Amino acid sequence: MTIENYTQLSAAAIASGVRAGELTPHDLISSSFKRGAEIGAGPEELNIILYSDEKASRAEAEETATHLKSAEDVGILAGVPIAIKDNIASFGLPTTCGSKILRGYVSPFEATAITRLRANGALVIAKTNMDEFAMGSSTENSAYGPTRNPVDVRCVPGGSSGGSAAAVAAGITPIALGSETGGSVRQPAAFCGVVGVKPTYGRVSRYGLVAFASSLDQIGVLGRTVDDAALGLECIAGFDPLDSTSSDADVPIYRLAALGKPAPEARNPDTEAIRIGRSPVPLPPPPSQNTLEGVVIGKPREYFPDSLDGSVRDLCERALDRMRWMGATVRDISLPRSPLAIPVYYILAPAEASSNLARFDGVRYGLRVDPGKGLRPMYEATRSEGFGPEVTRRILLGTYVLSAGYYDAYYKKAQAVRTLIADDFRAVFTGGVDAIFTPTTPTTAFPIGAISDPYEMYLNDIFTVTANLAGVPAMSVPIGRVRRLPVGGQIITAHFDEYKMFRVAYALEAALGAEAHQ
Amino acid sequence: MSGKYEMVVGLEVHVQLKTRTKAFCGCSADFGAPPNMNTCPVCLALPGALPVLNEHAVELAVRAALGLGCKVNPISVFARKNYFYPDLPKGYQISQFDQPLATGGSVMIGKTEKGTDIQIGITRLHMEEDAGKSIHDRYPGEIAIDLNRSGVPLIEIVSEPDIRTPAGAGAYLRTLKQILQYLDVSDVSMEEGSLRVDANISVRPPGQVKLGTKTEVKNMNSFSAVEKALAAEYTRQCALLDSGGRVEQQTLLWDGARDTVRPSRTKEGSHDYRYFEEPDLRPLMLDAKWIEHLGSELPELPDERKKRLTEEYGLSTVEVEQLTAHSDLAEYFEGVARASADGKASYNWVMGEVQAALRASGEEISRFRVRPADLAQMLNLVRDGTVSHTAAKTVFAKMVETGKPAAQVAADEGLLQVGDEGAIATWIEEVLQEHPEEATRYLGGEKKLQGVLVGFVMKKSKGRADPKRVNQLLSTRGG
Repeated sequence: MTIENYTQLSAAAIASGVRAGELTPHDLISSSFKRGAEIGAGPEELNIILYSDEKASRAEAEETATHLKSAEDVGILAGVPIAIKDNIASFGLPTTCGSKILRGYVSPFEATAITRLRANGALVIAKTNMDEFAMGSSTENSAYGPTRNPVDVRCVPGGSSGGSAAAVAAGITPIALGSETGGSVRQPAAFCGVVGVKPTYGRVSRYGLVAFASSLDQIGVLGRTVDDAALGLECIAGFDPLDSTSSDADVPIYRLAALGKPAPEARNPDTEAIRIGRSPVPLPPPPSQNTLEGVVIGKPREYFPDSLDGSVRDLCERALDRMRWMGATVRDISLPRSPLAIPVYYILAPAEASSNLARFDGVRYGLRVDPGKGLRPMYEATRSEGFGPEVTRRILLGTYVLSAGYYDAYYKKAQAVRTLIADDFRAVFTGGVDAIFTPTTPTTAFPIGAISDPYEMYLNDIFTVTANLAGVPAMSVPIGRVRRLPVGGQIITAHFDEYKMFRVAYALEAALGAEAHQ
Repeated sequence: MSGKYEMVVGLEVHVQLKTRTKAFCGCSADFGAPPNMNTCPVCLALPGALPVLNEHAVELAVRAALGLGCKVNPISVFARKNYFYPDLPKGYQISQFDQPLATGGSVMIGKTEKGTDIQIGITRLHMEEDAGKSIHDRYPGEIAIDLNRSGVPLIEIVSEPDIRTPAGAGAYLRTLKQILQYLDVSDVSMEEGSLRVDANISVRPPGQVKLGTKTEVKNMNSFSAVEKALAAEYTRQCALLDSGGRVEQQTLLWDGARDTVRPSRTKEGSHDYRYFEEPDLRPLMLDAKWIEHLGSELPELPDERKKRLTEEYGLSTVEVEQLTAHSDLAEYFEGVARASADGKASYNWVMGEVQAALRASGEEISRFRVRPADLAQMLNLVRDGTVSHTAAKTVFAKMVETGKPAAQVAADEGLLQVGDEGAIATWIEEVLQEHPEEATRYLGGEKKLQGVLVGFVMKKSKGRADPKRVNQLLSTRGG
């Protein structure tokens, strides 16, 4: 293994190389920053990275190197450079949520997810661009300018975690953290040709994730491969006493899903040893016809409408064929309430956002614009100037649907429908389906500036929002390309069954092989 | 009170729970720290911070609810009450709305002239967090914000509109305060802001069932201010109606300096709080067994205690009222009464000398140096004649001063009562010699002088002589 092929190295390969002394944390920092410079990750070109500090990153690498010398276990992400979406609170680098209202804001505390990455030896090298407060599907809504898709710089990278997806796609880091409220990890993963995971609601602590819609928000992982994503999630998942909505369910070793077998019993001492020990599972396994034996894949008709882009449909059918070849059974299913998801989402998410974003009032931190005419004018000037048009639109929408007289008609009804959407998923999974497969998005990445109608933009999330509303885990894996632009396939499983989701994803990735990027 | 209209009042009482830390973070909930010292990312509402419910606050709230006879709901839900204000860092207050912690309690505030109980219903009791403090007069032209109080746990106790007079409101508040203080869930101090009262008041012709238009009166800083404010607002509403006007629903502020209410500058009435379920906290599910357990551990409440003290110690209603005003006082009394087996004497000492000593030193009875057992020991010494009634006061004063037990003080100070016949006889002889005139007359049969002579003997003995023995011995001489 050499550092020369840094952009091709998986996170697991880097970590084992670092532990074996074949790679040094310093070289990895250098390679990561070099790759960023090469591809033009800065604001003048692709605008992937909002903040980075090479000197600080080197100091962190130096610390890791010191630990290594004293033969300490530096963790399963030893020396792995990682990029973080700008709405996850981090020490050292600003946390601005792609918004003017938080320009220059540096958090005095760090998100639990980042703390866990660092504890596993990861090196946080950058904060990535995003749609302001994670509201958008193209990263065009950033107050700091749009991000360009490294696969095709004329196109958007998707959003809102566009910067994180682009960082991984461009080879700057093998893993990046993003966040999801309605598809903000999976959709950009699909557009950039990388893997994107949205875990079960409650699987990863939200402490330090700047809230957009608290009942839907979840930190997710972007990786170049399924294995990168599984390794990343394994490190950040688990109960956190600082987040009341985090779950204390056991976290299996997701990478073992690569072996193509059902999840091992929780807390198996052997698997624990693999987690913390120095022998990562050899990956990926060769494609084998029996890897998905006995696995039932559900194909929901609502996610394959007649209007679906023909090329996207063809790639999905190819992926389903590969899974059949691996032993899976494909079953036609229905999630009948899914067509209601977009309207439900655009009532609930803005409602929560209108409340969550009330704290940006110019009083304690961030931007303050004070015309000197008292409190109210200060609030109005600060928020009018600090928030961009999409954020303003959603705050207004959310305030409206929560108002007396409209609450029952909108918010309450939307909550009721949300329950029905979750019921649909429950019925499918209790009915013997192991995983659901759909296209991640209806189309491939579109050119920057091509979509100006907000509602048309919202439809980008049509296949992804249901998983957020239901709280189930979902991920996007590359399944091919249309006119050089990546297409993602979505795998959805039952609550807290990320293991099975990874099992299907590992198998699909192996079966597609090079086809995934053709 | 004019007879033309009936006053209808319901009170909303906010009570700060006595927890070490805040409702949703680990910051100290103490009163009086320098501004903004007791703050953290959660109660400053920094981006990304999340609330975590303080279990002890829930326990205290449940105790309060049970003590007020409420039904504690197995599932209650936190909700966000949204409004902008600089001392509300999140832009919303975490409270409870349509699914409160507890509902349907009541308190007795006394009896009517006919002797039936006056009961005030409690609609609901819910948990919420306090806001910070805006300070308007510190820096000219600026508002200063102190967020030490931001996130401190509160309960809001909402009464039914069952109160009919200002005095009734006062009685309700005093009863409520007493119960909460017995339950040990709050410091219930209006001065420190751990108990705050808002009043809803309307008037209607007697016999009318439909409620009149209400106003909300705020900014009262004492129970008597509540009574005065209600009286003033009642008069204002009556006058309005009498002059053919209408009461307008609004929020009024009590102006204690002018003894009047004035409209609040903010348009409270027009607020739409856009309540919705707090997504950062799961519904609060309480185990029935746990609630039952807390119920079984509730301390004796004022009404039960009054009844019991009357029966067990043979005290009058007035005496019991005095003793139960504060649970610490009642407990002190009981400590003395049990160990001395003398309710009356215990009452006299606790309400007399003990209270006087506390007033002089400004101490709390719970930290008073002379513990109930010490005082009881002294009462026992008096009863068995070791210390005289006269000497007892001196002994007690020394106990307060030195903290030593009664027997030792009496011995050290030479205040042990002397029952020894020889010593008493000697003192009598000396007195008779020193007061020849009284002696002659007494020995000559003038019995009424006995008291005077006993007094002389007591004085001579510095209060140590047992007056009973002195009387007996003197009688034999006078024989």
